[in-house]
Amino acid sequence: MQPLRKDLAAARPIGAEVPALSIRNLAVRFGARAILDAIDLDVREGEFLCIVGSSGSGKTTLLRVLAGLASLAEGKVLFEGAEISGPSRDRAIIFQDYSKALLPWRTVRGNVALSLEARNVPAKEQDAIIDALLAKMGLSPSRTQFPGQLSGGMQQRVQIARCLAQDPKLLLMDEPFGALDAMTRQTLQDEILQLAAEKQITTIFITHDLEEAIYLGDRVVVLGRSPATVVESVEIELPRPRNQLTTREDGRFLAYRHRLFELLAHECGPQSLQRGGQG
Amino acid sequence: MRRYLVGAMIPVAFLIGWEASTRTGLLTLESLSRPSDILMAGYAALRDGSLLLATMQTCETALLGLAIAAIAGIVIGAVLGLSSTAERIIGPTIEALRPIPAIAFMPLALMMFGFGVGLEASIVAYACVWPILIVTIAAVRAVEGRLLDVAAVLELPVWKKMAKIVLPAAFARINVGLRIAAAISLVVAVTVEIVLNPRGLGYRLILAEQSLEIGLMWAQLVWLCLLGYVLNLLLSRLGRGSTPVWRPL
Repeated sequence: MQPLRKDLAAARPIGAEVPALSIRNLAVRFGARAILDAIDLDVREGEFLCIVGSSGSGKTTLLRVLAGLASLAEGKVLFEGAEISGPSRDRAIIFQDYSKALLPWRTVRGNVALSLEARNVPAKEQDAIIDALLAKMGLSPSRTQFPGQLSGGMQQRVQIARCLAQDPKLLLMDEPFGALDAMTRQTLQDEILQLAAEKQITTIFITHDLEEAIYLGDRVVVLGRSPATVVESVEIELPRPRNQLTTREDGRFLAYRHRLFELLAHECGPQSLQRGGQG
Repeated sequence: MRRYLVGAMIPVAFLIGWEASTRTGLLTLESLSRPSDILMAGYAALRDGSLLLATMQTCETALLGLAIAAIAGIVIGAVLGLSSTAERIIGPTIEALRPIPAIAFMPLALMMFGFGVGLEASIVAYACVWPILIVTIAAVRAVEGRLLDVAAVLELPVWKKMAKIVLPAAFARINVGLRIAAAISLVVAVTVEIVLNPRGLGYRLILAEQSLEIGLMWAQLVWLCLLGYVLNLLLSRLGRGSTPVWRPL
């Protein structure tokens, strides 16, 4: 434990300019139980930040707080300099359970249109925006289909398109590919990387999959458990654009994986070791 | 088609048996007309327009009462389903009012509205609002929490959240309440007509009985059966919704 803590002090993340998002001394409790404690984290403008931690470590709770869907017991969250006080269209959240987050009675087009209706975009301007988003997400052929008719990967694409239609400044992703098969997951990882590069939206991506975090992120933050707090923050200095083959075979990739795996295993105890290894 | 034929077997056999037994003198009950007589009486009442007029009158009040109950039940139910505070405040009052039989309000409604549509529709509405209200509260509570998260993040104002998320998501279940209420509306409307209100099918029914037109009485009874069946059919069609994939309950 001791040497690792020292290591942590050396690698403190510091944003160059004013951070897009600052979390200060954040604590969340459910009744008497502390879920998150003393979380301090800065996220840079345009950064792709991945947060890893074993299941039950409070990652989802943290993301819900950032979205404004859950309340915090202590501390504050500053987004673009202002303290957040509830949900906002500026902070889009993509849920893992896409099938529950989509409106089953609306078509793919209708689901994406929901965000535009919320923004009061005039009906005649909606088509152009929706067409562009559906084309970008490869959903054009499915525009008149209902979510229940689509595969998991396609449904998650619909959710991503709907979140983008919200025109957010911050993208919160809660294990978005956790329920998908390996092939689909890799395809979507690359699509998300392309989107992030194009749009430069600040993204916080939660996953329990270490390799996914390293592959996607500019930085990986490790959350400890009970109550969760930031254990380590690692800058990922892998060249972009990244590639499923060359990036994952890069020596540095393996070194990051090795280091983060040890951290997680240490933090989460022997029980979670296998789960971390799988990721 | 085949399914309908199988389903029609019992009623058809019953009718034939009935006709045969009255013709052979096996059955000599005063109150039992023959199916053929019933058919003739029904045909005559249809032709002179009296049956259709009475049907219009009954349907008009039943549907009016049902509509009032649907609007009130869905609006109040949605509010109570979403807000536990509102439920705590209004819930006990609802539980106190609910057990009062709708029919018991007949004297009061007569004083307030006099004979006519108002009397009948108000009692129908009272009887119908409860199933709709209770089912709506449960349906709204059962709306997927994720969808409410989505509404929150999109900053939808309350009315938009209701119209775009909550009610469509709860619609399939609410429709179950509407179907139950539709059946009740017809029962209550006819009851009020038999007991008190001099209009509609219920009044015709009691009139036919009192003037010993047993065939006509039976014809109207059969007609009521058909009416209820059609009403239920229409509402269950509505419940299938407009989407091919999403199967409501």
